[in-house]
Amino acid sequence: MNQVVRKLSEDLWQGRDELEVLTFEIAGETFALEAFIVQEILDLLPETSVPGAKAFVGSVINFRGKVIPLADIRLAFGMEATKPTIDSRIIVIVIEIDGEPVLAGIRTDKVNEVTTLLQSANEPPPSVGMRWRPDFINCLVKRGSEFIILPNLQVIFSARHEHSATASTHG
Amino acid sequence: MSFPDPIAVFRTEAAELLEQIEAGLLDLNVNLGDKDQVDAVFRGLHTLKGSGAMFGFEALAAFTHHCETAFDRVRKGEVPATHALVTAVLEAKDHMRALVETPSGDHEAMSEALLVNLRRAVDGGGDAATAPAAAPPAQTLYKIRFSLPQNAMANGTNPLPLLDELRDLGTCRIVADRSGIPSLDELVPTDLHISWDVELLTAEPRSAIDDVFIFVMDDMELTVEEIAAQAQAPAVIAPASVAAAPVAAAAVVSAAAASAPAPVDAKTAKANENVRVPAEKLDELMDRVGELVIAQSRLSQLAGGSGDLTLRAVSEDVERLSGELRDTMMVLRMVPVTHLFSRFRRLVHDLANETGKRIELITEGETTEVDKSVIERLADPLVHLVRNSCDHGLETADERLATGKTEAGHIHLSARQQAGEVIITIKDDGRGINKDRVRAKAESSGLIAANASLTDQELYQLIFQPGFSTASEVTNLSGRGVGMDVVKRTIDALRGTINVVSRPGEGSEISLAIPLTLAIIDGLLVRVGNARYVIPLSAVEECLELSVEEDMRSRGRSFISLRDSLVPFLRLRDLFRTGTKPDQFQKVVVISTGSERVGLVVDQIIGDHQTVIKGMSKLHHDVATFSGATILGDGDVALILDVGHLVAEGQQQEAHLRAAG
Repeated sequence: MNQVVRKLSEDLWQGRDELEVLTFEIAGETFALEAFIVQEILDLLPETSVPGAKAFVGSVINFRGKVIPLADIRLAFGMEATKPTIDSRIIVIVIEIDGEPVLAGIRTDKVNEVTTLLQSANEPPPSVGMRWRPDFINCLVKRGSEFIILPNLQVIFSARHEHSATASTHG
Repeated sequence: MSFPDPIAVFRTEAAELLEQIEAGLLDLNVNLGDKDQVDAVFRGLHTLKGSGAMFGFEALAAFTHHCETAFDRVRKGEVPATHALVTAVLEAKDHMRALVETPSGDHEAMSEALLVNLRRAVDGGGDAATAPAAAPPAQTLYKIRFSLPQNAMANGTNPLPLLDELRDLGTCRIVADRSGIPSLDELVPTDLHISWDVELLTAEPRSAIDDVFIFVMDDMELTVEEIAAQAQAPAVIAPASVAAAPVAAAAVVSAAAASAPAPVDAKTAKANENVRVPAEKLDELMDRVGELVIAQSRLSQLAGGSGDLTLRAVSEDVERLSGELRDTMMVLRMVPVTHLFSRFRRLVHDLANETGKRIELITEGETTEVDKSVIERLADPLVHLVRNSCDHGLETADERLATGKTEAGHIHLSARQQAGEVIITIKDDGRGINKDRVRAKAESSGLIAANASLTDQELYQLIFQPGFSTASEVTNLSGRGVGMDVVKRTIDALRGTINVVSRPGEGSEISLAIPLTLAIIDGLLVRVGNARYVIPLSAVEECLELSVEEDMRSRGRSFISLRDSLVPFLRLRDLFRTGTKPDQFQKVVVISTGSERVGLVVDQIIGDHQTVIKGMSKLHHDVATFSGATILGDGDVALILDVGHLVAEGQQQEAHLRAAG
């Protein structure tokens, strides 16, 4: 497993020394996404829930006339839901799923800044001491006293084991 | 701005040419003496060969050349047009399509076989094949001088195939004039500096030479002069005659040759002022128009709420304009069904050959226009239906004569518009659907209970079940029971309906009713809990109130009686787990899924709504209950119910409930 993870994190850096990322907070943890996949940062929008969809992408929003899914990364990491605050934002990203670009929104508690991460500070996810699925994380980057998590969106978005919102089997 | 890929442009052009050629051939098959069609086919083949060579499709050019030659002989009256020839060229045409699509593929064996076929068809058409050899027409010596514009190669013209074509015409002596080549330091390698002097001894008429240059005629300099008519096969042409050629006379011919085609081009350009636009650009435009419609409805909501008269006036203007724009947009996406129908002439032609039946295809209403994306998706189901009619529906000629019908079976393919839908009908005058056999088959495979009472329509709908076939034996054409299932699925996906009428011994008629467009539908906007949903209006039969006592009484059972028939219903609040309390006056929207009627209990009916359909994201493809989403006037998103899937989902949930409870 460790090897797989290492491979993924190497993929992310692709031999680069620096990575330009957008950092944001969810449930007290700092996450970062590569800046170039970020399309836009929006204030919270009215959401329409999609009955029957995976809880992780349980709703859709109107993004400039396009209907795009809104993903809640918290659910992938098993975090507590937090109340929306004045700082809550939606980050609209474009990621590739099955070879096609797909727009999706990610709900965040706060968007921090665009910053540069150094490859030298990069560490693969530890194999113990973490309750998150290791394949959901690309790598951890140390900055000052804290860690920034780079989630592996491809794996998170294509994970099929999410329990569905309607949980029809529970009926 | 990127330039379109020239290969892609050629492919599109070739597809159109092939379609023209096919149409010409089929017309020719009906009337073998039609000189115009012979010419049309010949022209098509010639253009295909020419542009194929130009874009590097050498195999295509070489192969097409033989067909062209065959048709050239027909054109000149050397061989008669025969059914065998038309069939051979039709087959060759299919092969050309393969050559266009996969030029690098291994086609040689196929090419050979088809050419042998073609040769046999030409020679079989009479002993005319030997005629040209017996009496070779007088040969003429032409002196040709031509030069291409300097940028010709950069524009994709390769002079070598032109020379090859000249060589094909007869005995040829080609001398390159290299005097125009600049010194090495001034030389631009992509420019063309060479001109050519050609002496050509040929039996072909002068026009054949012009034909060689037909694609480059506009920009080039070409002089052709006739030196001597020679009755006999050529001796070696003396190089001296090159020098003897009078230059001045040549110049005159060149002017005539260069200017002659120009006005013709201008005329055809005018008659045919179409702009080719990639379909995806149209889709993009459609998206924008959709957004505009949404923005406009927000604007009119704002304007309606304010007392500002000027704002209202502007808002009304915008409303009118965006409405018009939407209508124009719809028209842009419409294409006549001619394209669709023309394929079936070929299909029926082939089917007739395969089954040995005589089949006549009659088409009607080809000018009916349908949204492009609908047309594309209709092709497959129609193929299945037409095949089915030819194979199962129509009897053999003997059977037909025995029952007093005409020897040839008729397949009637028609299209017409009717209130926002296009109705496509496939009618045959064959034996009709055998109801008893359908019933027996359905009972034996457990689709229906024995002795279940079904209307004729319900019985006919059974033929669209997967794996259903009454054919006692599987033929090459149909009988496997997969085709009709495809029809049903595609038509469902297009939100259309299928209607079957059949009279034993007289034939059957299958009508497909399909909405004109997939981009915008009329919907009924309803509220369930806090969310709003759109139900396609085409599926809605009626709306009624679910009275409190009905609601209470129906705790254990979920159906209401509607004019003496029982209609089951689904509570969308439960299905969608809204977790809200029901409204005091709930409504039931009765929908029809073709075979059954189901009521959907909603909290409130808001009204009808012109819905611009937005596809669901890939991340939501596992959610079958919704066919799409739309954006409402206030910017909120409403999901569009997929009625068929919704009912199926409801049935599953109930089954779970029963199993649990």
